[in-house]
Amino acid sequence: MSSVIVRVKQKQIMDLIAKGKRLDGRGLTDYREIKVEQGLIERAEGSARVLLGKTEIMAGTKIEIGKPFSDTPNEGVLTVNAELVPLASPTFEPGPPKEDSIELARVVDRGIRESKALDFKKLCIKPGKKVFVIFVDVYVLNHDGNLIDASALAALAALLNTKMFNYEIEEDEVKIKPGYTPLPVGKHPIAVTFAKINDKLIVDPWLEEEQTMDARLTMTIDDDSNVCAIQKGGSGYFTPKQVLEAAKTAMEKAEENRKKLKW
Amino acid sequence: MSQKPEKLIDKKGLRLDGRKPEELRSIKIEVGILPNADGSAYIQQGKNKILAGVFGPRELHPKHLALPDRTVLRCRYHMAPFSVQERKSPAPSRRDIELSKVIREALEPSIFLEYYPRTGIDIFVEILQADGGTRCASITAASLALADAGIPMRDLVVACAAGKADDTIVLDLMDTEDKKGGADVPVALMPNLNAVTLLQMDGILTFEEFEKAVNLALKGCREIYTMQKEALKAKYESVKEVEE
Repeated sequence: MSSVIVRVKQKQIMDLIAKGKRLDGRGLTDYREIKVEQGLIERAEGSARVLLGKTEIMAGTKIEIGKPFSDTPNEGVLTVNAELVPLASPTFEPGPPKEDSIELARVVDRGIRESKALDFKKLCIKPGKKVFVIFVDVYVLNHDGNLIDASALAALAALLNTKMFNYEIEEDEVKIKPGYTPLPVGKHPIAVTFAKINDKLIVDPWLEEEQTMDARLTMTIDDDSNVCAIQKGGSGYFTPKQVLEAAKTAMEKAEENRKKLKW
Repeated sequence: MSQKPEKLIDKKGLRLDGRKPEELRSIKIEVGILPNADGSAYIQQGKNKILAGVFGPRELHPKHLALPDRTVLRCRYHMAPFSVQERKSPAPSRRDIELSKVIREALEPSIFLEYYPRTGIDIFVEILQADGGTRCASITAASLALADAGIPMRDLVVACAAGKADDTIVLDLMDTEDKKGGADVPVALMPNLNAVTLLQMDGILTFEEFEKAVNLALKGCREIYTMQKEALKAKYESVKEVEE
């Protein structure tokens, strides 16, 4: 994957970061420009498109009525899936999901689930029998690095945009009534991803920085500055000091992004 | 189905299995127990029973995956259908695929991959019985299996989780604490390099709680590290005894 050009740039990226600078002119903890649009797909119950620099993610939600899990009979179900669409990068191949897309989906899922962003109890129709099943499908449309943060934003924006159909129960049957209510989304978990390059931590790595990094660390932070999900990736390591530093920075950055997006 | 217990910590500050908050479960480790594998280890941590086997460095199949400058490390984390309460399908779940990836990435920094270009090293982890914290116990065992296979390493990798049960930060969560508790923070460490090679978390923790949990998990790692080294030495001591 790392072509000659990338190898040459890797050295440049590393040298710059040692001086506290980045190839695209950002500071070490600066995000790229974030744009969020909601409600672009009429057929979906909710949708959103997120641009993080040139990384582009579309997320759509669909709602079905299904059975709850046996260990949580009065809670709705959330299913997050991520698709690395082949048109988004020469390195994405069609076929069944591979570990990268599974990890992406599970990290996004963990952020929403563990922060209790969704009130699952309100998604229950008949305990043990019928609940709302929320599908969030994350579609990567252009890969320019940091898919996790962009996907987490897109998934949350799509959930905030999701309309749940009204219903009533008539003789054990669920009848759909006209009108919609918004999905009960109470928290706004924000994922902040770090890359370790030249023993320094940088925020929001773009593609070439990801190709240079030793390791990756994602921390998802809720509205009250609690950590609610973490995932380390890549074949490098972090020192315990770096981990705690990252947590502090993640809390600041999450707050900043939440303000920017008015969430 | 297990009923949710009222409290995970009792009035005396003890946990459901009678442990203190900062106490590990009983751990038994054996090295070199699979005759056909190049390296192997078995770990019992609480009710966890886990086997790890290593094959390689060997020719890599399919061959196009081989790299010209280093070996390719592969890992499969797999749970036996009878390892959990409700039968688990033997087909790999999304969780299994994610865990295989994070376990591989936890072990990779410890290996001198560049020593064996164009080859592959396969790690197979089988969970025979699960009781919470299987990914951590798997890493502890798999690292020993790699050492047993004679693969040059920077350090052993050892893993342990900490988390929150009720309002207390506790070490080495068992199944009920993992499922009903407030948070779970698995950490893997190369103790001699002070390098964290795996870090995950789910739940809700303030910064102070997170800091405490990470430090407690690291303390647990260092305790298990001693047992890990003893288990490795024990294999060669038993060989020596036979020769004498």
